[in-house]
Amino acid sequence: MEISNLTKNRIKEYLNKGTRFDGRELTEFRDISIETGISNKAEGSARVKIGKTEVLAGVKMSISEPYADGPEDGTMMVTVELLPLSSPNYELGPPKFKAIELGRITDRGIRHSGFIDFKKLCIEEGKKVWTIFIDIYSINDNGNLVDASAIAAVAALRDAKIPVINEETGRVKFGEWTEERLPLVMEKNPINITFSKIGNSIIIDPISEEEDSAESRVSIGLITYDKKVMISSIQNGEPTEFGIDELGKIFDKAEEMYLKLGKDVNNKIEEAIKRNNKK
Amino acid sequence: MADNIYTKRLDGRKMDELRKMSAEVGVIPNADGSATFSFGSTVAIAAVYGPKPLHPQHLQNPKKGIIRCNYDLLSFSVTERKRPGPSRRSQEISRIIEWALEPVLGLDEFPGTVIDVHLMIIQADASTRCAAINAAAIALAHAGVPMKDLVSSVSIGKLDKQLVVDVSKEEEDYHEGEGATDIAMTFMSNSDKVLALQLDGKITPEGLKEAVKLGRKATKEVHNLQVKVLKEYLEKTGGGD
Repeated sequence: MEISNLTKNRIKEYLNKGTRFDGRELTEFRDISIETGISNKAEGSARVKIGKTEVLAGVKMSISEPYADGPEDGTMMVTVELLPLSSPNYELGPPKFKAIELGRITDRGIRHSGFIDFKKLCIEEGKKVWTIFIDIYSINDNGNLVDASAIAAVAALRDAKIPVINEETGRVKFGEWTEERLPLVMEKNPINITFSKIGNSIIIDPISEEEDSAESRVSIGLITYDKKVMISSIQNGEPTEFGIDELGKIFDKAEEMYLKLGKDVNNKIEEAIKRNNKK
Repeated sequence: MADNIYTKRLDGRKMDELRKMSAEVGVIPNADGSATFSFGSTVAIAAVYGPKPLHPQHLQNPKKGIIRCNYDLLSFSVTERKRPGPSRRSQEISRIIEWALEPVLGLDEFPGTVIDVHLMIIQADASTRCAAINAAAIALAHAGVPMKDLVSSVSIGKLDKQLVVDVSKEEEDYHEGEGATDIAMTFMSNSDKVLALQLDGKITPEGLKEAVKLGRKATKEVHNLQVKVLKEYLEKTGGGD
């Protein structure tokens, strides 16, 4: 939804003074909370809140034929649905561009991070592999669904257990799980950080009003590889003109944020899974 | 740390060498502007229709014209047939191309109108979105749409630890060492402004800064070709066709 110019101008005035409506610094995240195991029919699931923004993610798995160009590779599909229950701006109907884009950014963030070891998802070369469906739903949109979706996807993947295969039919036995977790490369610890440009300021983790005031944005997916912080995906959004130096500063900031945020998110997912195991 | 193992390009090119590029202006007589652009065997064709009145009227912007891009792969342009019709991928790339082109267009001059930019990939061998953007920029200029600059796009790859210009399909599938990183970048041709940036793979922030510089240099070659074919076309037709 378009917000009033009045609000936009006020947001810019605040940013020029280095503050925001909710008192945060320009590059400060809101509080993140993570729960796992929120739906017991799913192979894995998670609820992620960033401030008032909330998303749910669920992992379901099935057995299917691999693609021709990867006969030994499991497959993955990410979809994002923007539920009408999560905002007055969303309507029923086939996915609109925003949902498609969110799904694609989240998909690539996970896929290219190397977080999932797809080779280990092969059951029978060229014939049978695991397919992982990651479905993400918005429950309350108060900005930055993109970073929330990425965290939720990672948390749900880490929560997931591989289902039991029915030996006779060769299909999944629904409702029965092995003790085996997904083949994930934990050290990679993928995180997505989105930078929004409003006037001359660059901020992270925007609330809805800030998101609507932003002229453009760039989402950066980061991982740890070979003990170094690496950028594993980038996507910009909306018409924009970034200076080369300006981008350089964003890459550096992303690295700095990753070191902090990556650890925080990782701990929170671990705690959530531990809490869940005790239940 | 291990040494870089990608020391020779699979197709024998130099690390900073683009594939052979070609471009042609005015390839679709019905269109207001049109062009082809190819990087090696990746071939994109672009047609521009408009500025024209936008229907339904409620989509019109009374302050400025809008741009609508439609990028897609032809079903036979890839090894495994692509189901005809828009996919999630093509919808996303279409929008990214719109975003990359809009900042250079004088859309304020044409309120209530639309410029349709159709971009089809006839033959796909990596860097299809870059080829499409380069074709689109030529076609927009051919259509006479006011532009403050041309737009040029190129893909920079990182194969193991080696940066290369204009990634081919073979290179895109490289798995040795650190594997392949593909970075599609689009610049305003005559300034250092980045209009679009997409990356898949893994690269350090420092490495990425290098890659952007390399991309900036390579897009200058793209730009030279775009200007050359537009000039030749003008000389040939006198601009009136």
